[in-house]
Amino acid sequence: MNYNFHIESHCRITKELVRLNDETVCRNQDGQDWLGDIYHAIGMQYPKFFKMDHQCKAGTLAAELLLHDKEFDRENVKAGWGIVLMNSASSLDDDRRYEETIRDTGNYYPSPAIFVYTLANIVTGEIAIRHKIGGESSFYVFEKFDGEQMLDLAERAFADTPDLDTLLCGWVDYDASVPDVLLCLLQRDENGAEKKLSVDKINKLY
Amino acid sequence: MEETERNHIIHKIGEGVVTPLGFTADAVYAAIRRGERGGVLHEGTFGVPEPFFASILDKTHLRNSFSALTDFGCEGFTHVEMAAILAANQAIEEANIAPDRSDVQFILSTTKGNVDLLEYNPYEPERPYLWHTAQMVADFFGNPNRPIVASNACISGCAAQVEAFRQLRQGTCKYAVVVGVDMLSKFVVSGFQSFKALSPELCKPFDANRRGLNLGEAAAAIVYTIDKEENVPAGELIPEGWAIRNDANHISGPSRTGEGLLRAIQAATHGHDATRIAFINAHGTATPYNDDMESMAISRAGLTHTPVNSLKGYLGHTLGAAGILEVILSAHALRDHVAIPSAGTETPGTVAEINICYNTNDTLHQQDANAHSIQGDHFLKLISGFGGSNAALLFRIKQ
Repeated sequence: MNYNFHIESHCRITKELVRLNDETVCRNQDGQDWLGDIYHAIGMQYPKFFKMDHQCKAGTLAAELLLHDKEFDRENVKAGWGIVLMNSASSLDDDRRYEETIRDTGNYYPSPAIFVYTLANIVTGEIAIRHKIGGESSFYVFEKFDGEQMLDLAERAFADTPDLDTLLCGWVDYDASVPDVLLCLLQRDENGAEKKLSVDKINKLY
Repeated sequence: MEETERNHIIHKIGEGVVTPLGFTADAVYAAIRRGERGGVLHEGTFGVPEPFFASILDKTHLRNSFSALTDFGCEGFTHVEMAAILAANQAIEEANIAPDRSDVQFILSTTKGNVDLLEYNPYEPERPYLWHTAQMVADFFGNPNRPIVASNACISGCAAQVEAFRQLRQGTCKYAVVVGVDMLSKFVVSGFQSFKALSPELCKPFDANRRGLNLGEAAAAIVYTIDKEENVPAGELIPEGWAIRNDANHISGPSRTGEGLLRAIQAATHGHDATRIAFINAHGTATPYNDDMESMAISRAGLTHTPVNSLKGYLGHTLGAAGILEVILSAHALRDHVAIPSAGTETPGTVAEINICYNTNDTLHQQDANAHSIQGDHFLKLISGFGGSNAALLFRIKQ
């Protein structure tokens, strides 16, 4: 049994390191601003990054690494590209930050800049804007990472959407100051990756 | 897994609704046809300093209704969990399925779940996690499968249905229980206030003088299955086309040109006869930007003359429940061959001219006389949200 796509490339971000495919891109040295360090290490130039919450930063960095080609078209909306992401903590990291701004009646200053990130799927929007991805954008929440679940969601998206060619699909979690990202670039391929091997590979990468 | 046979079609076999206008789909639909509106002015509710209009559930009624389901009362359940379980229970009973079967998949749609527990959480630390809410619902019914949560901002309810359709098509389940729920809290209300998105009065969808949205609390559930068309009874709801597309434009503002929604409409209606669309049930939040964006997308899709309504004037914007609740109510209306007039609309005024259904006479007892009778056996559900996401779902009522 084969999937209707193959895995073109993958990017992993943890508390310790960043890996693109099988190469380590950088390692966490002092941990003060790890996501900011990654931004500089990969030479990203996108000031909007600094407005984002941690979940969006983590997902945006992984997408940047996968689509690092200088020739990549960031001008025209690509209707054949989609984004399907999932995690465990939805936007709870930012939710906790927002909740602090409204907790005390005497110190009540609800911040729209923080509130806007209190939705799990905002990271799909940030990636869509950065890379002009105009196909499906979906976000799901599960207790734990599960490679089979992730690839099955991708398979259903491809099977159901004839004009979908390329999918950014993966796990983008940020909870208790820990980034946990595995983002894959999937290409439609009717003789695609063998299912069991792919699931084993994804679970191993994670 | 086995690909389901091509001549099998997806259809609804059960529905459940919990709103301030009633605790069953029939009751809520009847209330809306009478012109009842759930929105009232709240001052000090949830400890929010600024007053706001919202449609809020009677929590005593919620607890009593939930307690009637169980031998152990409502102790240990949050309002979000109770409302979701109540709606799911109605849908499962009507569908007459055993929810503990392994071919039943639960899919929860919610944006914020138990977020109010961040302020004070007397339960286990995992309780504010959305997957935990889904697990509580699935466990209540003894379902063995890991539930899925679709959390895609305001389009969550439609995104959850899309995932249900995909699973049914692929044959990974025989029955999908799609449940949408969101309750209001200091968190949600203050956030929308900080965005200046709330209306200082009852909302006026698609009106020239609209000033923002009203929030609403609700839970809604649909059970879908897949079967041969000849086994589908007349009057039942059949999804015919669906699509989710991103604007790739802005995280909190809709596209001015309706780009993503237009592409979603085109994909969802591809290959279908547009003249069979009796009406479009739009998102119609009554914010200036959303309603203009929808008018642009509808107009650019060539549906300028198709009747368009919004149900937000009756129940407010019910967030994760909206995409499910509004599909249920629209199906009732289509079965009655009417398009429900948009409550609150007085003078339609959007950037692109579209055919808004609204009451020209505000007298409530004349509401039915003013319900727009319509032609066609399809309706189109539209929904858009933060993150630039848009969904379009095309449904047919079996004749």
